Amino acid sequence: MNDKGVDKSKRQFLTSALTVVGAVGTGYIAVPFLSQMQPSVKAMAAGAPVEVDISKMEPGQLLRVAWRGKPVWILNRTPDVIATLKTLDTELRDPTSEESVQPNPTKNLLRSLKPEVFVAVGICTHLGCSPTFRPEIAPADLGAKWKGGFFCPCHGSWFDLAGRVYRGVPAPANLEIPPYRYVNDTQLVIGELAKEASV
Amino acid sequence: MKPTRLTLCGNWILERFPMAKIWNEHMTHYYAPKNFNFWYFFGSLALLVLVIQIITGILLTMNYKPDAKLAFDSVEYIMREVNWGWLVRYMHSTGASAFFIVVYLHMFRGLLYGSFKHPRELIWIFGMCLFVALMAEAFMGYLLPWGQMSYWGAQVIISLFSAIPVIGDDLSLWIRGDYVVSDATLNRFFAFHVIAVPLVLVMLVFLHIVALHEVGSNNPDGIEIKKTKDAKGIPLDGIPFHPYFTVKDIVGVAVFLLFFSTVMFYMPEMNGFFLEHANFIPADPMKTPEHIAPVWYFTPFYAILRAIPDKFAGVISMFGAIVVLFLLPWLDRGPVKSIRYRGGIYKKALALFVLSFLVLGYLGTQPATPTATIFARVFTAIYFGFFLLMPIYTRWEKTKPVPKRLTSDHGDSNCLLSMKAVFEEITTVKSVTTHDGIRLPNGATVTKRGFNFKGLLNVIIRFAKKLKASLD
Repeated sequence: MNDKGVDKSKRQFLTSALTVVGAVGTGYIAVPFLSQMQPSVKAMAAGAPVEVDISKMEPGQLLRVAWRGKPVWILNRTPDVIATLKTLDTELRDPTSEESVQPNPTKNLLRSLKPEVFVAVGICTHLGCSPTFRPEIAPADLGAKWKGGFFCPCHGSWFDLAGRVYRGVPAPANLEIPPYRYVNDTQLVIGELAKEASV
Repeated sequence: MKPTRLTLCGNWILERFPMAKIWNEHMTHYYAPKNFNFWYFFGSLALLVLVIQIITGILLTMNYKPDAKLAFDSVEYIMREVNWGWLVRYMHSTGASAFFIVVYLHMFRGLLYGSFKHPRELIWIFGMCLFVALMAEAFMGYLLPWGQMSYWGAQVIISLFSAIPVIGDDLSLWIRGDYVVSDATLNRFFAFHVIAVPLVLVMLVFLHIVALHEVGSNNPDGIEIKKTKDAKGIPLDGIPFHPYFTVKDIVGVAVFLLFFSTVMFYMPEMNGFFLEHANFIPADPMKTPEHIAPVWYFTPFYAILRAIPDKFAGVISMFGAIVVLFLLPWLDRGPVKSIRYRGGIYKKALALFVLSFLVLGYLGTQPATPTATIFARVFTAIYFGFFLLMPIYTRWEKTKPVPKRLTSDHGDSNCLLSMKAVFEEITTVKSVTTHDGIRLPNGATVTKRGFNFKGLLNVIIRFAKKLKASLD
C-alpha cells in the first residue's frame, strides 16, 4: 500500500489471472484422469474374429457364440419362417432397416447374406439385455399376435426372426448385425466382412 | 483441590481443540422441539445404518476379490470359509435394504410435516443429494457379487446413459471402460463403492446436519420453536438434544435392531427381495435371466422407466421422478407446514402419491405384461401429478389455524394408551377351565384372549370415518 490507498483494479487483475491459470491447469490434469477410464488398449484389441461351423445346424436351430464379449446368434430359418417374415411390414417400426446398424450387404428384407442363415448381435437395442428366442407361434404368454421371434424379458420389446423391431415397444431400432462372411458353405467368420464388400 | 493428571490432560486438549464447544453446540445446547414423535427416529437410524455399512464393508473388502474371474467365488468363500463371514455379509446386504427403508420413511416424514419448506430447503437439497449418492452406492455395490442379476442389472442401468442424444454411447462406454460390462467395469465399481461414494456420503451427512443445526429441527406441528423464547434466549418448547433425545433415540435403535436382527438371522434373502434368487448364479454375458428386476428399492423408478414406450422419454421420466423431488420446496405453495393443519386436498394428494409409489414398487418387481404396463402408466401419471400439479392445488388448500405453541395431545404415551384401548376392544377375555382339573392357587382362573370380530369391525369403521373426516 502507498499513500494513494489500495489499487483495487491491480488486485482484481491478479485474482482473475490466477483463476484463469488455475482453471487451465485443472483442465489439463482432468484429461488423463478422465481418459484413463476409457477402454484400455487391451480391451480395444480384444475384438478378434470368431470362426463358426454351421454344418451341423438343424432347421430352426439357434446357435450362440461369443464375439467381443457379446452374444452373437446364428439362426437357421425354415422356409415357413421366411414366408412369415415377408408379411410383417405393417407391424414393424423400420422394416427396411433404414435406421439400423448392419453391414451394407445385409441391408435387405431378411437382413442376411443368405436367406436361411440369420446372424445378429443378441443384445436388445433398448437397454442391452439379451432377448430370448421364442420361435413358436402365438404362445399363451405373448398372445395371438406373436408370429415367432425374439422377446426381451427385461422391458418387453418384440423383434421378428430377422431382428426387426415391432411398433409400440421400448426398443428404438432393429437388432445390430455384426460384420460376417462365409469361408465356404458351412464355415462362417464373425467380425470380418468379405474382401469385396464395404461397410 | 489439586487438579488430577486426567483433568490436566483434558485441559491440554481443550485449550487446543474446541471439543467442549462443538459438544455444547450440537448436543447439550442444541434445543430440539419437545414433541418429536415416532417419525423422528429415522434420521438417527440412518446414521446408525451408515456406520453398520462402513464397518461391515471394511471387513468384507478384506476377503473380497474385485476380479471378474474371482469375485463370485470370493463371496462364496466369505459365506462358507471366513470366520463369521456369513454374518458380516448378511449384515451388509440386510443393511443395504434397511438403509432404504429408513431413508424412505425419513423422507416421508419430511412430506408429512413439511420439513422441506422454508427455511429448511437446503437441508432437503442436501438430503436429496444423499439419496442420489445412496442409490449410486447401492447400485455399484450390487455389481460386486458378480451374479446374473448383478451383471444384467448393471448392463441395463449403464445402457440408460446411452439414451442421451449425441454423447450417450461414448458416455456409457466411458462408464463401463469396455464394450460390455466386464472385469474393467467390476474393478472401477469396486473403487467407487468402497472409496469415492462413501466419502461423498459422509461429507453430505456432515453438511445435512450442519444445515439442520443452523435453522433448527422442524416438528410434527410445523411450528418454529425459535419464535417463542424465554429470557435467556432458549426456545420455550425446546429441550436439549442431549440427554433427552439421545436417550429417546436409543429406544429407537433397540427396536430397530430387533427387526434388523430378525431379518439378518432368519430371512436374509427376504424371499428374493433383499438378495435376488438369480444372483446365486454366476454372471453369464451370453444369457439374460428369464425375468430381471432390480432390488426392491429401485423398483418404483424402474416401473416408471418401463411404462414409457420410448427409450429416451423413458429414461428422462425415470430421472425426472427423482429431479422433481429436488424441486419440492418450490413446488409446494401451501402456507402451512404440518399435515395436522393442512387442507384435505394435500392429504388426499399425499395419500395418492404414497399409493402410487407402493404400486409402482410392486409393478417394478413383476414381468411387463400389457395389463401391468397400463397400471404402471396410470400410476406414473399420479406420481408426476402429485408434484407437477402441486403449485396449483396447494393454492386452493383450506388450511386450519396453526397454534402459536406446540400441542401436547399427540404424545407417545397417549398413543400407547389408545393402542391399548384398541387392543381391548378387538379382543375378548374368556375364562377357560383346564381339562385336567388343576386348580390354580388363590382361586385364579386361566383366561384366554380371543378375537372379537364385532369390536374389530367397530374399530375399522371408526378409523375409516376419522380418516374421511380428516381428509375433508
